[in-house]
Amino acid sequence: MQRHVLVIFPHPDDESFGASGTIAQFREQGVPVTYLCGTLGEMGRNMGNPIFANRENLYTFRKQELFEAAKKLDIQVEMLGYRDKTLEFEPQKEVSERIRSYIDTLKPNLIITHYPGYAVHPDHNALGAAVMEAVRTMDSNEQLEVWAHAISNQHEDELGPPDVVHDVTPYWEQKLNAIETHLSQASGMMSLLKDSQKDDTQTSEQLERLRTERYYRLSIKK
Amino acid sequence: MQAIEIDKVQPLIDAFAGKDVYVHLETTNGAYASHFNENAYNVGAFIRNAHVRYQHGKIVGTGGSFRVGLKLDLGWVYAEGVTDFEMDDQNRLLMAGHDVEGRLMVALEISETPFSHESEDA
Repeated sequence: MQRHVLVIFPHPDDESFGASGTIAQFREQGVPVTYLCGTLGEMGRNMGNPIFANRENLYTFRKQELFEAAKKLDIQVEMLGYRDKTLEFEPQKEVSERIRSYIDTLKPNLIITHYPGYAVHPDHNALGAAVMEAVRTMDSNEQLEVWAHAISNQHEDELGPPDVVHDVTPYWEQKLNAIETHLSQASGMMSLLKDSQKDDTQTSEQLERLRTERYYRLSIKK
Repeated sequence: MQAIEIDKVQPLIDAFAGKDVYVHLETTNGAYASHFNENAYNVGAFIRNAHVRYQHGKIVGTGGSFRVGLKLDLGWVYAEGVTDFEMDDQNRLLMAGHDVEGRLMVALEISETPFSHESEDA
């Protein structure tokens, strides 16, 4: 039985695309889940479709979307307050110390984050690495599991198959609901999903990737 | 934002000329360009809160896509591909170019006060 799950990703919507099925499952089991979100996605390219946001007010929409998705998923939200796209340029020590303070306070026994080096977006890689560093500095982390989400196309060639494979089909409605909440970002994905009878390979691959949430269990040596 | 009309935007650019202004200039094709297409490259640049004063600025273009050049004492600020604009509630001139799916490709923004630099009110 998981006691408390801490999800750590850099952008509002990472939690919905990458982990909302898993989150829904934990919540169904009564396990508290906190999402620690690194930035407010201020530099996102998507401005809604049709466009309703601009570069300067995008964060206000994304913050609202984050809160609404969290409400739908019935989880707590904490924000690190970094700026989108800049996480990899912040001193890693500072970022990992901030993460460490959340770990010390929330005492999770499971952390879900991105797999550094295999997570495509520089913010994903940087925050994932800072999480690893934070866990590494703990006096005792034997009770703490870390599940890492890999995204890059060829990651299985190097990492092998993932350790945790969740078929989230039973939570598909919750997942779609959570994704759809991120209206400024998800319109492209939603039209893809609603159009999913379309039978081309790329579409079915993307759907398949959303239907199973996969993680690598990392053991972090002190 | 609304579609750029030169007659509407040129006076707004003129109004900032000769003043100390802050500029946000950006172009991007996204962090996933090479993830979805192995022949693509991720390309992007941004500068936030360049503090400049331009002698004059001009918007030029046809067919719904425009170029903006601001002449500085020691150089230029240039953006190509802007399609939409607005004066926001803080009196900032926001210009941006979007692709057919509404994704931002380029932005040029001019303000007399600095743009937010840390994640705001997180």
